[in-house]
Amino acid sequence: MAVETHRQFRKDFDGSGLNRKTKDRITIIVFLLPAIILFTIFVIYPVFRSVYFSLFDWNGLGPATDFIGLENYQRILSDKIFQKAVVNNLMIAGLSLLVQLPLSLAIAIMVGKDFPGRGLFRTIFFLPYVLSEVITAIIWLGLFNPNPDRGFINAILVFLGFESRAFLGDPELVLFSIFIVLSWKYFGLHMLLFMAGLQNIPHEIEEAAVIDGANQAQLLTHITIPLLGSTIRTSAYLSVLGSLTQFTLIWVMTKGGPINASEVMSTYMYRYGFVRFWLGYGSAVAIVMLLIALIFSLIYRNLLQRRDYLAEV
Amino acid sequence: MVGIWYNKDLFAEAGLEGPAATWEQFLTDIQTLKDAGVTPIAVGEGDKWTGAFWWEYLATRIAGEEAFVAAQNRTGSFAAEPYIKAGEELLRLVELEPFQDGYLGATWGDEATVIGNGEAAMDLMGQWAPGAFKENSADGEGIGDALGLAPFPMVEGGNGDAKDVIGGGNGFGLGKDAPDEAIDFVKYLTRAESQQQCAEVGFCIPVVKGGETGLSDPLMIQVQEYFSQAEYFQLYYDQALTPALGNVVNDAIQGLFAQTMTPEETAQMIEDSAVQELE
Repeated sequence: MAVETHRQFRKDFDGSGLNRKTKDRITIIVFLLPAIILFTIFVIYPVFRSVYFSLFDWNGLGPATDFIGLENYQRILSDKIFQKAVVNNLMIAGLSLLVQLPLSLAIAIMVGKDFPGRGLFRTIFFLPYVLSEVITAIIWLGLFNPNPDRGFINAILVFLGFESRAFLGDPELVLFSIFIVLSWKYFGLHMLLFMAGLQNIPHEIEEAAVIDGANQAQLLTHITIPLLGSTIRTSAYLSVLGSLTQFTLIWVMTKGGPINASEVMSTYMYRYGFVRFWLGYGSAVAIVMLLIALIFSLIYRNLLQRRDYLAEV
Repeated sequence: MVGIWYNKDLFAEAGLEGPAATWEQFLTDIQTLKDAGVTPIAVGEGDKWTGAFWWEYLATRIAGEEAFVAAQNRTGSFAAEPYIKAGEELLRLVELEPFQDGYLGATWGDEATVIGNGEAAMDLMGQWAPGAFKENSADGEGIGDALGLAPFPMVEGGNGDAKDVIGGGNGFGLGKDAPDEAIDFVKYLTRAESQQQCAEVGFCIPVVKGGETGLSDPLMIQVQEYFSQAEYFQLYYDQALTPALGNVVNDAIQGLFAQTMTPEETAQMIEDSAVQELE
């Protein structure tokens, strides 16, 4: 008894007079401090400044004085072009989930198999992801060039006997054309995630299923995909969030045009904030974007990803 | 200064001398060019300011100086009848489908490539265009002597003068406490001899009488002539107006080029922004 009490005492108070728990907390805080300071200066503070500016009619010159309350927000939510931008964002997100992820999974399963040169294929498929978005956009601007003498894709179309198309100049085609580029650029990342996920599936389970008489399709739908669940959920999360915040590629390729056909929330924000210099309004758009992404994140994490975290703990 | 750069060879193919002096004839000639298998006009409307020149020139010809000044100081309106008329005239042009394929997504660079390669007959652009035509062409040579310059056609019944031009402006900004030397230096730069030297090395187009003798490029001499004959010089709308309003003009005009907005809607969109920006 006496010995145990003594141990307990040593555990709680090791001479400094501080409770051990308190000491741990101090250590944690000290180690977190640099990150917290940077995060506060570069993320938290600007967000609050944006909230502040979003309540003003302000063009960025001089101090913001023309307080207009929530008028900017009213205007954003009733602006048809912003609504169109949100729809376009959702279109890209939806297409990513329906096309890009299944494609990435299929390719991951293919290059995950043992065959000669699979390392080469993995590298090739991953390459587009390594390119910067501006470079990607410029490459595809060239490929999409409406003149068949200069644009590779139209050259092929003409060679096959079709008419050349203005992929980026046609309001009906432009969003899909951009989606193709986004998929080309990002499927490699998801492929990599899926490959990592596939490696975590124990070989024994697949073997057992095969012994029980499962064919390849059953193996895929009953073993592989269910066991990849957490990877798929992470992948879908990244994909949707990426779609909601996509900017560079679209700005370089089309600036949201023609006639707003490829406008997304971020290009809309940039147009008002830094082309038209309505910084107050642009700030309000940024806050709306932040809220949309935040609400999506919270709901998604709570509803779909909670299981993943519980399972890991 | 913005004017119509044209390819003499392509005009000759269609049996025409050059861009017409009147808007009605200009529109007729567009059809003639098309019938001869020539793409009449190159425009990089993805950049918006490129196509906005067309509307701004029509507005300058139809509405004229007074209407612009009135709309700017808010005694008038950008939704006034002459501005709607400018949109209607532009729409008449657009409906003839005179532009190269994919013009809605093209940039000014693409536009210059089309002209530089001799693939379209006309381009409404500033005096920097000839250099860009060369640089953006496949062989780096452009269309050489086939390149000509013509003023924007006059519009029948418009308030503007046929000699009025649109262009950009540069100036020297001096602080109010600037030393006398700085002022002397600007005087030195703007005297006729300096302007002449500046023109000789191809660095500027003289704005001072007597400086034009330094010009040797016939096209630049032409630019200088049009410029000096103009009674009214209209600064590009996206520079004459606030950045926000200027960009609304550019965005609105794209709606005309894509035929998704009516001239009334375009004018109203510009006026709405003017109310917000200028009042």
